[in-house]
Amino acid sequence: MIPITTASRVDGRLKVTGGARYAAEFAPAQDNVLHAVLVQSTIAAGRVASIDTARAKQVPGVVAIMTHENAPRIDLGKAGDMTPGFPLLQDDRVMFNGQHLAVAIATSFEAAQQAAQLVELHYNRDEATLLMSDNPTGTSVPQRFRNGMRPPASTRGTPQASFDAAAVKIDQIYRTPIEHHNPMEPHATLAEWQGDRLLVHNASQSVFGNRKALAGFFGLPEDNVRIVSPFVGGGFGSKGVSWPHITLAAMAAKLVGQPVKLVLTRRQMFTSNGYRPKTVQHVRLGADRDGRLTAVLHDGISQNSAYGEFSEPVGLASEMLYSCPNVAVTHRLSKVNQGLPTFMRAPGEASGVYALESAMDELAWALGMDPIELRLKNYADRDEHEDKPFSSKTLRACYEQGAAAFDWKRRVAQPRSMRDGRLLIGLGMATATYPVNRSEAAAKVRLQADGTAIVRCGSQDIGTGTYTVMAQLVGEHLGLPLDRVRAELGDTALPQAPVSGGSQSVASISPAIREACLAVRAQTLQLAAGDPASPLHGLDPEELDVADGRILQSAEKSRGETYQALLARQGRAAIEADGSAKPGEEKQKFSMHSFGAQFVEVAVDPDLGEVRVRRHVGAFAAGRIMNAKTGRSQMIGGIVFGMGMALTEATEVDPRSGRVTNATMADYLVPVHLDVPEIEVIMVAEQDDAVNPLGAKGIGELPTVGTAAAIANAVYHATGQRIRDLPIRPDKLIDGLSI
Amino acid sequence: MTIRNFTRREFLRDTAATGGAAAIAGSGGKAWAVPAAADPPVPTQHRVTIRLNGTERALQLDPRTSLLDALREQLYLTGTKKGCDMGACGACTVLLDGKRVNACLVLAARLDGREVKTIEGLADGDQLHPLQAAFIEHDGFQCGYCTPGQIMSAAGLLNEGRPLDEHSIREWMSGNICRCGAYPNIVSAIRQASGRA
Repeated sequence: MIPITTASRVDGRLKVTGGARYAAEFAPAQDNVLHAVLVQSTIAAGRVASIDTARAKQVPGVVAIMTHENAPRIDLGKAGDMTPGFPLLQDDRVMFNGQHLAVAIATSFEAAQQAAQLVELHYNRDEATLLMSDNPTGTSVPQRFRNGMRPPASTRGTPQASFDAAAVKIDQIYRTPIEHHNPMEPHATLAEWQGDRLLVHNASQSVFGNRKALAGFFGLPEDNVRIVSPFVGGGFGSKGVSWPHITLAAMAAKLVGQPVKLVLTRRQMFTSNGYRPKTVQHVRLGADRDGRLTAVLHDGISQNSAYGEFSEPVGLASEMLYSCPNVAVTHRLSKVNQGLPTFMRAPGEASGVYALESAMDELAWALGMDPIELRLKNYADRDEHEDKPFSSKTLRACYEQGAAAFDWKRRVAQPRSMRDGRLLIGLGMATATYPVNRSEAAAKVRLQADGTAIVRCGSQDIGTGTYTVMAQLVGEHLGLPLDRVRAELGDTALPQAPVSGGSQSVASISPAIREACLAVRAQTLQLAAGDPASPLHGLDPEELDVADGRILQSAEKSRGETYQALLARQGRAAIEADGSAKPGEEKQKFSMHSFGAQFVEVAVDPDLGEVRVRRHVGAFAAGRIMNAKTGRSQMIGGIVFGMGMALTEATEVDPRSGRVTNATMADYLVPVHLDVPEIEVIMVAEQDDAVNPLGAKGIGELPTVGTAAAIANAVYHATGQRIRDLPIRPDKLIDGLSI
Repeated sequence: MTIRNFTRREFLRDTAATGGAAAIAGSGGKAWAVPAAADPPVPTQHRVTIRLNGTERALQLDPRTSLLDALREQLYLTGTKKGCDMGACGACTVLLDGKRVNACLVLAARLDGREVKTIEGLADGDQLHPLQAAFIEHDGFQCGYCTPGQIMSAAGLLNEGRPLDEHSIREWMSGNICRCGAYPNIVSAIRQASGRA
C-alpha cells in the first residue's frame, strides 16, 4: 500500500476527465440563465456625463443594461472591512481606467458581448494621477496597515546613527512592478435569487467572506446567502476578497429577476480583481568589516488606489530575518488612479525579500564574503523584533542541504568568471521566509453505515490539495482507505472555515477535522465495547484501535469487526461529530515562521541579454508536510511563480490614459513549459510542537519568496550587472553586456 | 474535406461578415468602435452537424459562437476550459480532426462534418487514457483548470511524430499555460505516457 502521505489527489480523476465543475459551469435549476458582460471605463478619472443604451438594447436577446442610473441600491456599510466598496454602480464617479460602468445582460453570451460594445459612455474628465511617487514626497502613511493590527513603521536601536557610522554600507533603491495573479480560471459568478434568498456559485478563495459581503450589501441575514465553490481554477490571492463583479452579478440577477452568469474576460481581469502593487524600496545595510550587520533600514512605498487602501508590507521580513540591533522599517502609500491592489502570493515577502536579499548579496560582494557565510554570520536565533523565541527555525539546515544538493562550492566567486561556451553562467542564492498563520475553523465528520466517511468543512481547494488533506486526516484517524472517504468543501452550508490565503488552510482546518475524527472514533469504540454482540464487548475503549475499516483490539488485531457490522447491529445510519479549533496562546509565546533557501543557476546570452534559469534547488523547512506529493508540487509551483516575477512579469500602464496595455496572456508573460527547468525541492525535516496541533506551518507562499532575489543574484554573478528593477528583461541587461 | 486551422484573418473576415466586428474589438464601449448608423444585426442561425467524441451532434448556432462556447454553453461539455478566449493560454485545446486547436479560435458554424474530440471523450469508458492516469500519478496539475487542455494538447503531440525528449515536450507544450506551475510534473507525465519515461 502506498503510504498515505504520498497519496495522489483524491480529486485527480475529476480533474483529468473534465468532470470537475468550476463556478461558470453550473446551471440553475431551470435553464433560464442570462449572460452578463461588463462595460468598463476608458478614462482614468472623472464622472459619467451620460450613458446611451438605446443601440445596445436593440440587440436581439438583450434583457437589460444595468448602469448606475438603474442599478439596485445596496448598503455599502456592512460588507466588511476587507470588501472593496467600489465600483458598484452606485454613483457616477470614475476613479480608474477599466472601471465597471455598466453590465449588459442578454440571453446569450454573444448577444451580451455585442450589447456591451454598443453602450455609449460620455464623460466629464478630471485630471488623473497615473505615476506613483518615487520618494516619500507626496506619499501618505497607511491608516489600516495589516488591518490595523500593527503600526506601519518600527524602530529598534539607533538605525540611522549606526548606518552612518558603519564601516561597510549598501544604500540602494529596488523596484518591483505591478503583477497580476492571472489564475487560469477567469473570475466567474452565477447568481440566482430565490425570493429573498441568494444562491451564488463563485470562483472563490473565501466562501464565508463572500457570504458576509453579499449579506451586507443586500441587507440580508447571512443565512439567506449561500456561496458554492467546489473547484477553483487558481487564485493566488485574486479570489480572496469579494470583488465588485460578484456583487454586480447578484444585482443584475435582482434587476432582471432571472439567474445571471458573469464571467470576467481575461482583459477585464487586469482591472477587476486586484494586483500586486508596484513598489519602490530604499534598503540600507550597514556592517562591520567582519560582516556583522550593524544597521538595517528598509523604507517601502507601494502604489495604492484613489479609493480604499491596500498596503504592501514589504519590510516585515527585514525586521526579523537577521540578527541586528539597529533596525528601522517604514511603509508608505502613493495614490494613483488605478484599481485597488490586493494580496498576491506571498504579499509583502515576495517583493520585500527580493529587495533585502539583493542588498545582502551586494553586501557580500562589498565584503568579499560568501553569500551563505554572510547569512550565517547574521543568523537570528530568536525574533529580535518581537523579542520572542521562534517556535522552530531550521534555516541552517536549509542552507546546508540546499547548498550540498546544488553543489554551491563549485561556484567561482568572481562575476563573469563561469561560462558554458558563449553563455555566461551565474549562481545565486537567497533566503526565503513566510509567517505561519492560522484562524478559527470548524468541521463535521460522519462515519456511515456502509463503512464510508464524509468530512465536511467550508474551506476551499484552489489547487492546494485541501480535498486530499481532509480525506487523509479522516483516513488516518478512522483507519479508512482514501477511496472510502469523501471530502466536501467550498460551500457556506458546511461548517465555517477561513479564507484560503496566507498559507493557513491546513493549519486552520486540520485541528478541527482531527477533533471531529477523534470524537467519532471515541463514540464508535465506546459503542463496540458496550455492545454485547460485538467481539470487542467488555474491553476498555482504551484498548481498542481502528485500522483498515475495522475496530479492533490493539493487542490482538484479529479480534474486531467492521464499522458496517457495528452500525448495522446498532441500527445506526451514521456516527457523526463536530469539531472546531482556534489558535491558542502560541502566538503570544512564539514567533512562528517557515524558512527556506533558494539556489539558482542561470545562463545569460551575452549578445541578446536573455536570461534562462537552468537549474533551481529550493530547501524548505515548514514543519510537518501533510502530503509529500502535493506538497512538492506546491513548492515547485511557488518557485515557478517567483521565476515569472524575476524575469518576465510586469503589468504595463499607459502613463497618459492609465490603461493597461498588456492585458492579455500573450503580452503579460507568465512562465511557460519551456521557461521551467529541472526544479529540485528538499523538504527539510522539522518538528514544531508549538505552532499548532499538527505541527504543519503551510507551504503555499514560502517557495515564491527569495526566488526573484536568487535569480537577480545569479544574474549579477553571471554578468557583473546588478538589476534592481524587476523583471530582469533583456533590455535592462543588453547595454552592459556589450563591453 | 480540408483539414486546416483558422487563421486570425479568416476569423476576422468571417466574424465581420456576420456584422459582429464590433463584438471582437475589445471592451470599452466607446462610440468610435461601432460602425456608424449600423443597426444591431440579427444573427441568422446556422445548422451544423459535428462528430463529437464519436457521436453525431446537430447544432443550431449563432454564427459568432466559438467552438469553445458551443461546447460549454450549448452542449454542457464543460471539461474544455475558457482561460483567455483569445488563443493565448491553451486551456481550451481540443482535437479537431485529430489535430490540436484552441477551441476559442474556431467558429463552430464552420465545423459541419468535422470531428471534434474533447477531454470527455478521451477515456475508454471507465478506463483512463494513459495520459490521464499519468497526470494523476505525477501530480501534473494543482487547480486542474488548465489540465484538460494540457492533456488534449499532449494527446495531439503524441500523434505528431516529433521527438519526445524533455526539451521537445517543453517546446511543443509551451502553448499550454499552467499558472500553478506544474510544468515539471506535466513533462514527467507525458514522458511516461509516451512510453519514454
